[in-house]
Amino acid sequence: MSRAETTVRQENPRARSPLWTLGLLRSELTTTFRRWRTLALLAVLAAVPVLIGIAVKIETGDGSPAGGGGGGDGAGPAFLTQITNNGLFLVFAALAATLPVFLPMAVGVVAGDAVAGEANAGTLRYLLVAPAGRTRLLLAKFTSTMVFCLVATLVVAVSALVTGALLFPLGEVTTISGTRIGFGDGLVRAVLIAAVVAASLVGLAAIGLFVSTLTNSGVAAMATTVGLLITVQILDTVPQLDAIHPYLFTHHWLSFTDLLREPLYWDEVLDNLGLQALYAAVFGSAAWARFTTKDITA
Amino acid sequence: MEELSAVNSEAVIDTRGLTKRFRGGQLAVDGLDLAVPAGSVFGFLGPNGSGKTTTIRMLMGLIEPTSGTATLLGRPVPRAAHSVLPEVGALIEGPALYGFLSGRDNLVRYDSADPAADPRTRRARVAAALDRVGLTAAGSKKAKAYSLGMKQRLGLASALLRPRRLLVLDEPTNGLDPQGMREIRSLVRELAADGTTVFLSSHLLDEIEQVCTHAAVMARGRLIVQGPVAELAAGARGRLVVTTPDTADAARVLKELGVTGLTVAEDRVTGELPPGDADLADLNAALVRAGVRVRSFGVERASLEDAFVALTGEGFDVAG
Ligand SMILES: Nc1ncnc2c1ncn2[C@@H]1O[C@H](COP(=O)(O)OP(=O)(O)OP(=O)(O)O)[C@@H](O)[C@H]1O
Ligand SMILES: [Mg+2]
Repeated sequence: MSRAETTVRQENPRARSPLWTLGLLRSELTTTFRRWRTLALLAVLAAVPVLIGIAVKIETGDGSPAGGGGGGDGAGPAFLTQITNNGLFLVFAALAATLPVFLPMAVGVVAGDAVAGEANAGTLRYLLVAPAGRTRLLLAKFTSTMVFCLVATLVVAVSALVTGALLFPLGEVTTISGTRIGFGDGLVRAVLIAAVVAASLVGLAAIGLFVSTLTNSGVAAMATTVGLLITVQILDTVPQLDAIHPYLFTHHWLSFTDLLREPLYWDEVLDNLGLQALYAAVFGSAAWARFTTKDITA
Repeated sequence: MEELSAVNSEAVIDTRGLTKRFRGGQLAVDGLDLAVPAGSVFGFLGPNGSGKTTTIRMLMGLIEPTSGTATLLGRPVPRAAHSVLPEVGALIEGPALYGFLSGRDNLVRYDSADPAADPRTRRARVAAALDRVGLTAAGSKKAKAYSLGMKQRLGLASALLRPRRLLVLDEPTNGLDPQGMREIRSLVRELAADGTTVFLSSHLLDEIEQVCTHAAVMARGRLIVQGPVAELAAGARGRLVVTTPDTADAARVLKELGVTGLTVAEDRVTGELPPGDADLADLNAALVRAGVRVRSFGVERASLEDAFVALTGEGFDVAG
């Protein structure tokens, strides 16, 4: 937010009250979250933990332990077996299940549509002659996409917590290291993990925004962004490409499980955050360079 | 160009050699020198594809000119766009709206994008703009449920959110019903009376003739002529019209007197007056002397449409 403010000051030297400068960001946020598409994406994200919770409940209804068949997403099964003992684990399981596909797809759709969708509808030209200022508008779009990353993650986490609390008992948390921590501590870890998961999406959001400045078709931008996501995830599984794996933005995504160790293990999490910041800087600059020089013909 | 430079000092829009060549080589605007005097209602005419919208986009800082310069309200665009554009209201190539927002919320959205707009007066200004275009009752309706004319009105409302020194309207009456067109015309006159300069592009020549004080004509990206509307229309010579039952005799006599391009249709003989100042009274007297029974005799004043067609050619096909 402070970034948005300083840019506006640069663009318009006459002193403005914060109300003036934040108006565009607020408008951007309400516009994004009033779109039917955004709400549908959030509804799907909210439904995923509910489905996982119900599936686990049904499978364990006859007394047999859950797990094993919980899907191939790495850490998922480990958490699934714990859900019946502690509903809080549904939060971790749901984040692990949505991070590879549902969350980034939702972010790809929102980021890809951010500029291209407005160009497509023609509203972009009216925002620019208002005049929103190209840098200021792009910063507002970038910030609101970041906010969407956070909101989308929180929707999964909160839906999982509520479902977990309703269907399963809550209590002490057994960490991956085998030690036990109190429920309060566990809740703090859940918040921390949600924040890290949201931050994991920043790189993709920046890519999506850049792609969005390249075309006047919202659908094309969304498809390209989601296509890139899938390609990168495939590349990340090809052993021959070992050398480039550490630089793929999806590579460290599931490192958030390290935050369930005792003591906390930060190395890979920090690698992930650093990589996301790098992607945001590179693709954010590219988006800026493109958007501030582009002819608006739509 | 001599008489133009006098106007330039107070020109609200002033372009010098403004040129746009699109990627792919299309020369859309070619060396445009436009001068729009302050306080005028300026009609911007030209056939389809002649470069009107491209010019307007360059003036609004949406596309970068290939060469040449433009100033708006005395400040260079696109460099000073952020300080000029709050004083300019624009409708460019039709309205664009957020279908899932109400008409009122669309205006709130556009107003929030203007860093110079005071958020404390936003509600009131939005309501006033809706009222001005006759949309108060439909203000809460979702914009996707608007008719074409209602969308056009909402687009106009967004140009009127704040008092403006210049309004740039690209085909503002497109899609409006006759009442709507009249309202827009009276709105334009009202705004002009308040001192707002209005720059409007249109294909409707009688509309331009009714509201504009000045006009410019474009064809194939080039400016053909600009100046006060009265002078433009006067540029095309009027046609002589004689109504008579003795059409054959009348045509013969008029031809002898140097009238060219004679056409006969039922009881009307029309033709172009000879160059120089032929006295109409002499023509009439000659007809009567030759025994032609004249029912009516006169010169039809050239309309702007005649002037326009004379300048841009008859052809219907769009230049490639
Ligand atoms: N984005 C673009 N890329 C390439 N050429 C373009 C582009 N936009 C317009 N043109 C070309 O530039 C020329 C001028 O177009 P413009 O839209 O300015 O015409 P106009 O005078 O507004 O026409 P109309 O009366 O139909 O609105 C046309 O030949 C058109 O094909
Ligand atoms: Mg046009």
